[in-house]
Amino acid sequence: MRVPGSRPQADCKHAPVEDQPHDAPERYEQHEGPAYSFGFDRRDFFRVLGGGLAIALVFKDATGLQESGGGRGRGGRQAPSDIRSWLHIGADGGVTILTGKVEVGQNIRTSLTQVVAEELKVSLSAISMVMGDTDLTPYDAGTFGSRTTPVMSLQLRRVAVAAREFLLDLAAAEWSVDRASLTIEDGRVIDGTTGRTVGIGELAEGRELVRTVSEDDPLSGPEEWKVAGTSVPKVDGHAFVTGAHEYPSDIEVPDMLFGKVLRPASFNATVVSIDTSAAAELPGVTVVQDGDFVGVTAATDEEAFAAIAAIRTEWLPSSEIGGRELYDYLRRTASEEQGGGRGRSSARTAGSMEEGMEAADSALEATYTVAYIAHAPLEPRAAVASWEDDKLTVWTGTQRPFGVRSELAQAFRVPEERVRVIMPDTGSGYGGKHTGEAAVEAARLARAAGRPVKLVWTRQEEFTWAYFRPAGVIDVASGVRADGTLTAWEFHNYNSGGSGIDTRYEVPNRRIEFHRTEYPLRQGSYRGLAATANHFARETHMDELAEAVGLDPLEFRLKNLTDDRMRAVLEAAADAFGWIERSRLPNRGSGLAVGYEKGGYIATCAEVAIGARGDVAIIHVVAAFECGAIINPKHLENQVEGSIVQGIGGAMFEAVEFDSGRILNPGFAQYRLPRFSDMPDIEIVLLDRQDLPSAGAGETPIVGIAPAVGNAIFEATGQRLRSLPLVPNGLPTSDA
Amino acid sequence: MKHPAAIRRAVEIEVNGVIHAVENDPNRSLLWVLRDDLGLTGSKYGCGEGECGACTVLVDGVLRRSCITVLSAVAGKQIMTIEGLAEDGLLHPLQEAFLEEDALQCGYCTSGMIMAAAALLRRNPDPGEAEIVRHMDGNICRCGIYRRIVAAIRRVSETTSPGSGHSKAARATSLGVTVTRSEKPEAGR
Repeated sequence: MRVPGSRPQADCKHAPVEDQPHDAPERYEQHEGPAYSFGFDRRDFFRVLGGGLAIALVFKDATGLQESGGGRGRGGRQAPSDIRSWLHIGADGGVTILTGKVEVGQNIRTSLTQVVAEELKVSLSAISMVMGDTDLTPYDAGTFGSRTTPVMSLQLRRVAVAAREFLLDLAAAEWSVDRASLTIEDGRVIDGTTGRTVGIGELAEGRELVRTVSEDDPLSGPEEWKVAGTSVPKVDGHAFVTGAHEYPSDIEVPDMLFGKVLRPASFNATVVSIDTSAAAELPGVTVVQDGDFVGVTAATDEEAFAAIAAIRTEWLPSSEIGGRELYDYLRRTASEEQGGGRGRSSARTAGSMEEGMEAADSALEATYTVAYIAHAPLEPRAAVASWEDDKLTVWTGTQRPFGVRSELAQAFRVPEERVRVIMPDTGSGYGGKHTGEAAVEAARLARAAGRPVKLVWTRQEEFTWAYFRPAGVIDVASGVRADGTLTAWEFHNYNSGGSGIDTRYEVPNRRIEFHRTEYPLRQGSYRGLAATANHFARETHMDELAEAVGLDPLEFRLKNLTDDRMRAVLEAAADAFGWIERSRLPNRGSGLAVGYEKGGYIATCAEVAIGARGDVAIIHVVAAFECGAIINPKHLENQVEGSIVQGIGGAMFEAVEFDSGRILNPGFAQYRLPRFSDMPDIEIVLLDRQDLPSAGAGETPIVGIAPAVGNAIFEATGQRLRSLPLVPNGLPTSDA
Repeated sequence: MKHPAAIRRAVEIEVNGVIHAVENDPNRSLLWVLRDDLGLTGSKYGCGEGECGACTVLVDGVLRRSCITVLSAVAGKQIMTIEGLAEDGLLHPLQEAFLEEDALQCGYCTSGMIMAAAALLRRNPDPGEAEIVRHMDGNICRCGIYRRIVAAIRRVSETTSPGSGHSKAARATSLGVTVTRSEKPEAGR
């Protein structure tokens, strides 16, 4: 288990993946699941959910191309071992979906319900989703990387289609009629010839039948959708607006105590002396000391706080670098083999940089930096842990319930079957809840106390002991002809990551490379992650090149783009924004940026206004987004808008400040997040490509706002800002 | 840090119309009284410093951050939490409007947002956008759904205040969303 004094490097165990396809998981999200068989067999399944019909989606090959051994046999007696999702139809006609994906506000509970309703031809209210419960749902690596919509959504559609076919088979056999005359509508099978009907629950009653389905069964296209593709309201929305929904931090179990952990005075500080006697004497308090782990339990949260405060500790601080040295440090510690990790260089090259630079009429070199930023999910890490006999149950907010199960099993040296992780719909994550710190801490305390323990991190703990979006340094060198044609492109990213690092502009000579470095703060996944840094550097640099050759930023980009989908979003955004005829008022400026990440295309235009004291306000944003066929326009638009708003924070003012092993701004009063008054007018154009598969949308729209705003500030002021955040204290007094 | 052996005293408070005699440290924060002593977990912990608004409740009809309000300060007062807003199972218009406008993603800020908005509408049933923004600025939505929350509050103010023109269409366009369905992207200019 992680101990508070150890260097918190969450991600060293994950192999970096730099030379990867565009839609591969980001390196900080490369969490391989254990290769084991799913232990929830058919008998357990029907015992838990009751009799009826079940459909399991199986596939053995990770690419999903190979059909599983289960095939499509009817009424199989054995549940296959490699199951990705289940669908169950009970005697009451209720449909239950079991998936390991989790809900953190991205509204996949709704979008997945929609696609099942669509394919199975039942009402939305007939469907309930069991998500992220390691005892009930099949293994899932986690909810990250915008994978739910392109992968799980397709899987559940296939499951639902198989269920529909299963029901038609059963009805045809029951009535001894031609199956072709049967259809399903609103949860009833209808015989078009005789007009008789039967509810799907009646067909399921008294049976225990399992059918399996594989990845490559055909599916109807979006043009036939009636429920999917529409703006269905959030499933369970009522529970959220009434306060009835129980988040992980709201869970209460009988006999529960409250837990609190002693944190070191600074990162990697070691204990010189510790005296827990005063804390241990407090009524109802149990002190747990296990190696470097020190924690307490008490009857109330406040008593647990007081007990921690009563512990006298002397710390020996470790020498830690501060924020001022960060970018030098990253560059200085770049590893020699430069992050290939697979026996080959990670650099992606084409043509020759030398030739490219020779062909250029002008050359440009610039360095861009991005700061560490915090996810700051409004619900901090929280867990309730309960041991019964030798079985551990933990309710916690995590994007990787199965990963947290592994963490717990390892920490307590128990088999994974004896650990159950349940993930209630959680107060957001944004890539920040891949780990199970609170779960492990609560479980350790619960084992010592012999009673269930609830542990909720404070905001300060969340700002200090969680992990951050990596900081980075990016060096760009480029060459361009006088007519605006790119000839050379060299791009080096230090530490922040490889996603979105490739340029989609046409350039024959290029060298693009990600460099691993040492890093001072614990770092990990984040919404859009490195794609934000890479787009900021690339799209700012493109603007600088446009300026260098005297072309309009839009014209310059279009000149170097042949990708139709990229051009389409750029033109759609520019049209809606009125780019060509944009106003050129004093102290106003506009900027644009375009990008591609995780199957989605985003173009962002922003207009800023500069105040008399150098304060910068974003007043208008237009974003055009295309991610294939749209499943729920309203929720998609919400994700695009949420990404823009979250991106405004990292673009304008968010930065984790640190020195000597301490976070200097660990609270909402010091770490500024976007608020109501920071909101510009936002206009969103969604391009619905019904002919293309749906991609995820929770991340990609975040990548365009920072460069668009930076470019707008340049147009307004002539100041070129190359560091994120751009204006934490208003405009810099001299050119950055 | 308070000493846990602090004096406990019975403090009478009215929460959502029910009177409770809470026997606890009079300096205990109202948020923990609500959540842990009374089991009303709709009010959320977000920061404990009054900086995020997730814990917002009404005290005698006025906005209060319950995390920085101590128990003794609300003795004898009427407290309303998100759990008390719906009446006889009927959602409050703000709750309806948040659903209608899809003004929530993870929903963790929603209780505080709705209570803060309720406090505003009690004071001014028809606030303009600038007043809404000013009043709500202490509440953080990390999912970034601010504009929909403003739209939800406006929806209620428009339906409850006379002569305010219930223009649903105008609202839809003010949110500025276009969905363009196309088989192929339009050719570049």
